[in-house]
Amino acid sequence: MTRRRAERIALNTTGVLVFLVMIFPVYWMVSTAFKPGIDVQTFTPKWFPHPATLSNFTDAIHRPYFWQDVKNSVFVVCVVVALSAVLSFLAALALARFRFYGRKAFIVLIIAVQMVPLNALIIPLYIAFSNAPGGTQVNKLTGVVVAYLTFVLPFCIWTLRGFVMGIPQELEEAALVDGCSRFGAFVRILLPLVAPGLVATSIFAFIQAWNEYIIAYVFLSSPEKQTLTVWLANFTTNRGTAWGSLMAGATLTALPVVAFFVIVHRKIAFGLTAGGVKG
Amino acid sequence: MADVSFDRATRIYPGTEAPAVDALELEIPDGEFMVLVGPSGSGKTTALRMLAGLEEVDAGAVLIGGRDVTDLPAKERDVAMVFQNYALYPYLSVAANIGFPLKIAHVKKSERERRVREAAELLGLVDYLARKPGQLSGGQRQRVAMGRAIVREPSVFLMDEPLSNLDAKLRVQMRADIAALQDRLGTTTVYVTHDQAEAMTLGDRVAVMKDGRLQQCDEPRVLYERPVNTFVAGFIGSPAMNLCTLPCSNGAVSFGGSRIPVPAGNGEVVVGLRPESLELAGEGLPAEVQVVEELGADAYVFCASALGRLVARTEAKRAPARGERVALRPVAEEAHLFDAGGERVSGIDH
Repeated sequence: MTRRRAERIALNTTGVLVFLVMIFPVYWMVSTAFKPGIDVQTFTPKWFPHPATLSNFTDAIHRPYFWQDVKNSVFVVCVVVALSAVLSFLAALALARFRFYGRKAFIVLIIAVQMVPLNALIIPLYIAFSNAPGGTQVNKLTGVVVAYLTFVLPFCIWTLRGFVMGIPQELEEAALVDGCSRFGAFVRILLPLVAPGLVATSIFAFIQAWNEYIIAYVFLSSPEKQTLTVWLANFTTNRGTAWGSLMAGATLTALPVVAFFVIVHRKIAFGLTAGGVKG
Repeated sequence: MADVSFDRATRIYPGTEAPAVDALELEIPDGEFMVLVGPSGSGKTTALRMLAGLEEVDAGAVLIGGRDVTDLPAKERDVAMVFQNYALYPYLSVAANIGFPLKIAHVKKSERERRVREAAELLGLVDYLARKPGQLSGGQRQRVAMGRAIVREPSVFLMDEPLSNLDAKLRVQMRADIAALQDRLGTTTVYVTHDQAEAMTLGDRVAVMKDGRLQQCDEPRVLYERPVNTFVAGFIGSPAMNLCTLPCSNGAVSFGGSRIPVPAGNGEVVVGLRPESLELAGEGLPAEVQVVEELGADAYVFCASALGRLVARTEAKRAPARGERVALRPVAEEAHLFDAGGERVSGIDH
């Protein structure tokens, strides 16, 4: 056996081990969701859900406010993804293509915002939102949307700016000479080329908004206004935790993220600009 | 179709002192093929971009067809541009790339298809209309970029070093194609290049620029035969003209024993001699051959002499060997004379 081969086997083994460590909690969540109540907590762990049951799922779905909270989550996510895509595209254009006073400071500021720990901002945000002009934004989905955007946008802008800068400026100039307005050149020429970047940032925004817990928990007090992650916490009561149903609920909550990713990941086609210019 | 004029047009990039284009005055009549040539940083591309509307004009004016377009956006100038890097839209097919300006102008689909086809036929691209730019060779991409420019039938073509990314053989071929195309369409064309050979072969007239200033604008032959200063003299022609600074006395300078008359003044003059005006002779300026460039019928002989490095042209059959000692004799009546400031000394004509 050569040394090279030994190295490769060692690397592959490490890779598989890391994969197992990462995948195990997910597997445990899914398998627990299918276990009957008596098998959920045992002294000798049961590795496979046998016999399997769907009762945990029926229980989870029939808990109060499930469908209402699904709607809330979907609303929040859709608005956050759509707004973040539009706003970050425009902001990225401004930062990548225009020179204006304070541009560099703005870029640094965007990153600085990301450095502040989320938990430190919750109370100031709460106060600000409760005194918002035009009425309190606390216990409203719109308030949560705005709060999520503040955390999602910096990353999206920063990432998209990189994508925009990677697109040769001649393409827009060609469009300008060919008869486009400045904005027309952005939409017709740049937008299709930035699409992979928009997909990447949308995935990020989707995952952030869908999985976020703390802000939703603090801001949304009425059960009919909560999002799914907050709803999941309801499985833990003073009398204990319904693990089977909780895991079934968690599995259901995780599904849309996986589905979204599977649908859009094909669109992340890098090297889309190949052939446009020499190089 | 239209004439173009730069009226003391100036561009100063923000944050810089020296203008990139300094009070450029240039009149380009309708249908002319004008080439802007100069070394990098000479402002030739900036001048072209000012005409295209991609660069602001800080002072002066730019006119197309008598219309002041100085403050008009690019899309309202009715010009088409071919970029150095082609700038094709990568996700559009060749047909869609060529048809893009027509689509923006809301030309009907049937009409658009007809005109795209015409342009493709003219450029030999018919078989590639369905392909994406990424699937084409450099020469084909260049032709697509040309197609996108001609399909609109604009008043002016602008070309920014369109051939610089092609290999040498293709460049010569495309050069001929562009000349033929322009001749056929008769559209006013402004062409930017740093390659003086390209400028000389393509241009009806050639404008030589340096440091943002126009040095001389004239027909290629005139630039070659009567350069206004040492810069143009050295820039036009390959290999470059031999320029030697020599003291002048009694209305003449002495070049390796040969007398070259100077019309006026004393002091120093710059004598310019094209390689073909410098002969290998039995007696003259002694020099040592350093390099011999064989070009088939002719050979260029690069020599080291007391006046610096000099180039002479000779018949290939009679070319000396490297290291050989030769004597150089100028053809006095073909010498160009410049004053110490580099300006052509008036009063002598051949």
